[in-house]
Amino acid sequence: MLEIPVIRWGAPYESLEKADVVHFETGEVMARMHQANAGLVQMDMRKAGKARERLRQFSCDQLIGMCQKAAELFLTATLPMGTGTQTPEEFCSIQSATTGLPLNMARANMKKNAFVLSNMGAMLDALTRGLPLDILTRGFGMESRGVMVSYQSNSPVLGLVLPSNSPGVHTLWLPAIPLQIGLVLKPGSSEPWTPYRMFEAFVAAGVPREAFCLYPGPHDVGNKVLETCNRAMIFGGQATVDKYAGNPRVQAHGPGFSKILLGDDVVDRWQDYLDVMVTSVLMNGGRSCINCSGIWASRHTEAIADAIAQRLGPIAPLPTTDPNAAIAAFTTPGVADAMNSQIDAGISSPVVTEVTSKYRNGDRLVKHDRCDYLRPTVLHVSDFDHGMANTEYMFPFVSVVQCPQEKMLSKIGSTLVGTAITQNENWITELVDARHIDRLNVGAIPTCALNWLQPHEGNIIDFLFRNRAFQNSLPPAH
Amino acid sequence: MSTLEEKCRAQRELLDEHTRETVRWHFSEDTGCDFWLEKKKTFDFDPLKDVNCFNDLKKFPLFEDEWLRGGPMRRWVPKQWQNKPIYVFETGGTTGIPKSRVVVEDHWIDYELFSATLPDESFPKGANWLMLGPSGPRRLRLAIEHLAQFRGGICFCVDLDPRWVVKLLKKGKVEDAKEYSAHCIDQAITILSANNDIQCMFTTPKLLEALALRLMDQGSSIEEAGIKGIFCGGTEFTQQWYRFAREELLGPNVYITPTYGNTLMGLACGKPHDPADNYKITYFAPQPRAVIEVVDFDDHNKVVEYGATGRVKLYTMTKELFVPGFLERDEGERELPHDKYPWDGVSSVRPYHVFAKTTTVGVY
Repeated sequence: MLEIPVIRWGAPYESLEKADVVHFETGEVMARMHQANAGLVQMDMRKAGKARERLRQFSCDQLIGMCQKAAELFLTATLPMGTGTQTPEEFCSIQSATTGLPLNMARANMKKNAFVLSNMGAMLDALTRGLPLDILTRGFGMESRGVMVSYQSNSPVLGLVLPSNSPGVHTLWLPAIPLQIGLVLKPGSSEPWTPYRMFEAFVAAGVPREAFCLYPGPHDVGNKVLETCNRAMIFGGQATVDKYAGNPRVQAHGPGFSKILLGDDVVDRWQDYLDVMVTSVLMNGGRSCINCSGIWASRHTEAIADAIAQRLGPIAPLPTTDPNAAIAAFTTPGVADAMNSQIDAGISSPVVTEVTSKYRNGDRLVKHDRCDYLRPTVLHVSDFDHGMANTEYMFPFVSVVQCPQEKMLSKIGSTLVGTAITQNENWITELVDARHIDRLNVGAIPTCALNWLQPHEGNIIDFLFRNRAFQNSLPPAH
Repeated sequence: MSTLEEKCRAQRELLDEHTRETVRWHFSEDTGCDFWLEKKKTFDFDPLKDVNCFNDLKKFPLFEDEWLRGGPMRRWVPKQWQNKPIYVFETGGTTGIPKSRVVVEDHWIDYELFSATLPDESFPKGANWLMLGPSGPRRLRLAIEHLAQFRGGICFCVDLDPRWVVKLLKKGKVEDAKEYSAHCIDQAITILSANNDIQCMFTTPKLLEALALRLMDQGSSIEEAGIKGIFCGGTEFTQQWYRFAREELLGPNVYITPTYGNTLMGLACGKPHDPADNYKITYFAPQPRAVIEVVDFDDHNKVVEYGATGRVKLYTMTKELFVPGFLERDEGERELPHDKYPWDGVSSVRPYHVFAKTTTVGVY
């Protein structure tokens, strides 16, 4: 039996408490994950400063080189995994088996993580706007334009409370290592695979193991990570986002409510953008915060909804090994039922119509012995104030909302990725000024097509470093 | 020297005799309390005639702790105790009318019995104590204080109100909860630093963690603060936490022992530490005054096999309180008798899996 120990500053620690990591369909125990306790985290965090010390023994450029090597190893090598080893194919296979994610998506997420890692130099150059990275190491330095700048790290480590259902999010913490910030990871209960494999890849590439802690464990372990790391990220639902709103130490990543807005200047040619809309809803099984959950247009909305429904409606659960599998399983009992009931309640309104049902040939909710599926669902919503106009679920779900263009920006609410398909310069100016849109795409760009050179939900440099004043000589007389 | 089997048999006989005596006391018109004498009228059996051994307690319906909500409190006081000074202790949650238990001397007796299980080298007679944990309407503070006094010491107390912590956490005020915990630790540190000769301590796992780490941050330790022995309770005292506490929080020279109990029962003791157990925690009830059974999840009258998992069922049989079977909010594994405690034990106690998802644990 594969055993996965706790990692304390690089050293394995065998806990007396273990949790089974099981196959989502058969219940077969695939691994035993040692469980940390909250006190252990607090004890270790007293030495967090050492993680940054060890990383600062290498330059950022050296660490970027190690990231490139780690990317290659992550993607191709047989790496240690707890008490065993793991090939890339075994990694994808076990990730799929314990999370219910189709194998093709596990592979795609693996590539995505490796891509980000291998392009770390360009990413950091973009995110720091060309700052010489040794300034981050030293804390201050002279820019080429002759200006003294100082960046002070907000924390020697970045804490992460990671999810089980979306291995793509791991891209967000990868820049910490080349920025000489240690990592304190609390893996999801059914997806320890990416954090552990990434840790081993980093170590094999030469990054000091002492820069990493991995604490699988119950909820209070996650709380302790958030409490003791001066900068941390957590992934969860809207309640989690609300809980940490305004807390500068914690970046909470939740639902995205990402949307496509069709301008009046292009909406009569909506068929040209059908592929963009379908891809935005369906990619990665509709699990991501960057998947589109709302398509807003002033007219043709019924036809748009119908055209998307024709494409998505027939999609049904397939074995995870099927290359055409397009939706992932819900492995937590009751979750799919709850979402299904909420949608049923929503469509009882006369302003909401489910369009997919006529193309689906069966129920939305598909129940298996140990997991459930929700089949793609497209709603047409004729009242933009109705609750179903702005909702999000973790499967391919989209509301096509009828709304005059001039009202869209005041009605769409918080939007992680907003793709506005328009050439109307005045509206583009308004879109640029709309502070409730985080990532703005202008043009026919799927919401899930991210350029990694752009910041995501805030610039990680600003989160991890404080740009402050620093003087080591008298300023000019004034 | 009698064998463990002989000891177990003798204890069983003692338990049967104690059961007959207790039932006679609580259901006789001249000694019983109003609650049980009224309740008796609803039974289809006569406790005075039909309960002749411990197993006959299964004739009673399960004790419902909801009965403990609200007054009049005196309905629980046996006739013979009505003129004694009476304490009332609360148990349980944060909302509604609290569940209360009246006590005359049980908390003293329970803790005097518990005292006999403590090793004198780690809990020296005459040493002073620190009680760092919930007091308020609970019996814990008075009980620990009595324990300290019974062993010839003085008890210093720092209170933490867990109901306030639960309220803060439910409102998402994590920082406020942390600040409150730090406020309690501040007080404990002050008392420990004030030349009070404190060598023994009761606290909860969370508070011990916070205290030990604060001392470490100050370059000190629990041991350097003078503490030799600690007893600590609650389902948070897990096997892994036990090991963490011994190996990392306390070091080899500070003794720590787990306890399990509540206001209804007394205090169940932990099996003495044995490296061969790999920190597995096994509790034994203070028989015959209280009994723990590990029962089938679906049939609470059926005790599970040794080593099997079941729900914790409590019985209390003192002259002050009669609880003929109460299903605790915990589960665990049934354990074989031990030479020091020749009756069944329960190990790895944790919140009952059905309730676990909705219970806020580890708040203090």
